[in-house]
Amino acid sequence: MTTVEASPGVAHLMEGSEAIATAAVAAGCRFFAGYPMTPFTEVLEHFAKQLPPVGGVCVNAESELEAVGMAWGALSTGARAATGSTGQGLSLMQESFSEITLAELPLVIFYMARGGQDYFQSTRGGGHGDYRHMVLAPMDIAEAAELTQLAFHLADKWRNPVLVYGDYLTAHTQQSVSIEPVDFGPVPDKPWAVNGELNGTGNSRIVSPLGFAKKGQPSLGIERHLRAMQAKLAEIEQAEVRVETGYVDDAETVIVAFGTPAKFVRYVVAQMRAEGEKVGYVRPITLWPYPYETLAQVSEGVRTVGVFELCGGQMIEDVRLGVLGRAPVVGIGGISTDGSGFGVGPLLDVEIIRERILAIHRGGADAELPPLPVNERG
Amino acid sequence: MTVTQPQPQPVGPVLDTSVAPPGAKKIADLKPDLLLTQEHAMCPGCGEPIALRVYLEALQELGLAQRTIGVAGIGCYTAFSGTMDVDLVQALHGRAPSVATGVKRMKPEAIVFTLQGDGDMVNEGLQEILHTAARGENVTCILLNNGVFGETGGHMTATTVLGQRTKNSLDGRDAEYHGYPMLIGDLIAQIQGASYVARGSVHNAGAVARTKRMFKRAFESQMHNEGFSFVEVLTMCPTGWFIPTGDGPDYLQDTLAEVHVIGELKVDGVVHNTEQLVAENTRKAEEAAANKARDLAAKTGA
Ligand SMILES: Cc1ncc(C[n+]2csc(CCOP(=O)(O)OP(=O)(O)O)c2C)c(N)n1
Ligand code: SF4
Ligand SMILES: [Mg+2]
Repeated sequence: MTTVEASPGVAHLMEGSEAIATAAVAAGCRFFAGYPMTPFTEVLEHFAKQLPPVGGVCVNAESELEAVGMAWGALSTGARAATGSTGQGLSLMQESFSEITLAELPLVIFYMARGGQDYFQSTRGGGHGDYRHMVLAPMDIAEAAELTQLAFHLADKWRNPVLVYGDYLTAHTQQSVSIEPVDFGPVPDKPWAVNGELNGTGNSRIVSPLGFAKKGQPSLGIERHLRAMQAKLAEIEQAEVRVETGYVDDAETVIVAFGTPAKFVRYVVAQMRAEGEKVGYVRPITLWPYPYETLAQVSEGVRTVGVFELCGGQMIEDVRLGVLGRAPVVGIGGISTDGSGFGVGPLLDVEIIRERILAIHRGGADAELPPLPVNERG
Repeated sequence: MTVTQPQPQPVGPVLDTSVAPPGAKKIADLKPDLLLTQEHAMCPGCGEPIALRVYLEALQELGLAQRTIGVAGIGCYTAFSGTMDVDLVQALHGRAPSVATGVKRMKPEAIVFTLQGDGDMVNEGLQEILHTAARGENVTCILLNNGVFGETGGHMTATTVLGQRTKNSLDGRDAEYHGYPMLIGDLIAQIQGASYVARGSVHNAGAVARTKRMFKRAFESQMHNEGFSFVEVLTMCPTGWFIPTGDGPDYLQDTLAEVHVIGELKVDGVVHNTEQLVAENTRKAEEAAANKARDLAAKTGA
């Protein structure tokens, strides 16, 4: 076996985790800290390999709590920095996520889900207080590389964390990608970053989630700081929605899916269209802010909206909020994992997805769905 | 039915801190250059502002003022985040050492310190401080150890000494029921990545001067990239100890400092154990007493 060093600009066959690390470095990320956990582990491995040669640092943190803390410190100096994990690791990081958001630090989080059951965790978070993260959900490796660079841009643009949502397939399958630094336009300077140079002048800086300022400096105070955060989040909701739609204009049935499963749904819907079935799809690329408007428009006059996700039903709540009664919304996915619980199960199969879409396309929201396939290997 | 009204209790003398006590001498400027105000919002008799002053003076005197970045935890000392004229990152309760790690890795030329209390560091964040020491992270971690959660109102921490009364050890910390106190400085001294470890105090002028020397050595060790340095400072918390304000220094000496013994716990890779520190402290006390007697004798011509 030969290994090929990823170099910017040249197309290489690479695993998603390598593509993500390569794209992050191309975007100027110079600090990463993480703790191994399948299927995120290789993301950490690739950062460990790629950061030192460009003068960056990757710390094999002693826990996820420490990993996110280290990223917090690196971000405070103005560096582009990131961390990541799976759902369990992210559960541990939640206290810091809340506070990093309130401190308005541009953290990027690479999240590789086990199974597909962490939509709520990613979009709602398990932390305290009024906070939100932008969430980008690539459907494949090429898009993961693109959205990784966008994540660093958006984080700096809004001074708000951005989470890139992948899964076992994002991290572990291979695709030929070429990664070049992308210029998304200017981002604000970071006069708030700490370096010690203004110490003793009365203008030293404080990076704080508490809305504090230094004594004698203008301060919003906690309440106005929190309100300003809400105003910023409202702006993000207006400005940053990203969504792809296909064949929705005359569709009678619309399927909503995100991430890796959406790639399968797109494929199946395109096939069914070729056979003359009036089906379409909506693929949210940003899970927050969520494309509620698009769903509102698309669902007008539609017979059924189906939601395909690999869990008991999480994103379906957002779909219902967007559709708002214009059409019945029904879940056509379900829990499906491999034997280890890390990967994806037999539900992620074009024939099976096709049967389920066809069932609601023919029979509407009340149609009986074929039984969920069972992972025979246990 | 008769209801007995509680009788108003006589209020004891309150320590007036707005005027200097008679005979007090001014020994330094009202505030160090790296403080934005000479005021603080702490309780009268609190030891934490003294520790703050001492390390800020040490940084200034070493010429490190414009290269320093602080990371603060959550406790009463969090109030200093807004009054230190030093770039600062406000971390969560327990999490300052990893935040400091990220800062230092991106700014290796900066002098990075953390400020934590015993509750913050030894309870909530024990894993962080130990790993940061083990990594030999080139930062200086400062512990303000008052043996209680001061900020929440005087609760037991991992460093509370046996017999000490707190709001959740009402009859005193009992080893069988509450477990034993942790001697965090001693523990860190054992870790290979730690280069300099010391425990000072602010309960009298001599201890304050000694603590300032400790801070200087710790910051110098960081300047020379020697690895992790650690200064623990015993501080008075009359409020959390439920004692009269003026009794703080003596209480500190007789309870906290009996267990968390003051001295340099590791210098140039050599660890000093409790017996050695006690012997050293006894020798110093005897020397001081002898000097005092000699001075007195010289003055009186005896
Ligand atoms: C995760 C978390 N748990 C609990 C608290 C509540 N809390 C705030 S300050 C504090 C105690 C601080 O004690 P210590 O660090 O010893 O500082 P002191 O107040 O004694 O100076 C606690 C428990 C918190 N802020 N965060
Ligand atoms: S409670 Fe204790 S530590 Fe806190 S300000 Fe008062 S005396 Fe100081
Ligand atoms: Mg304390």
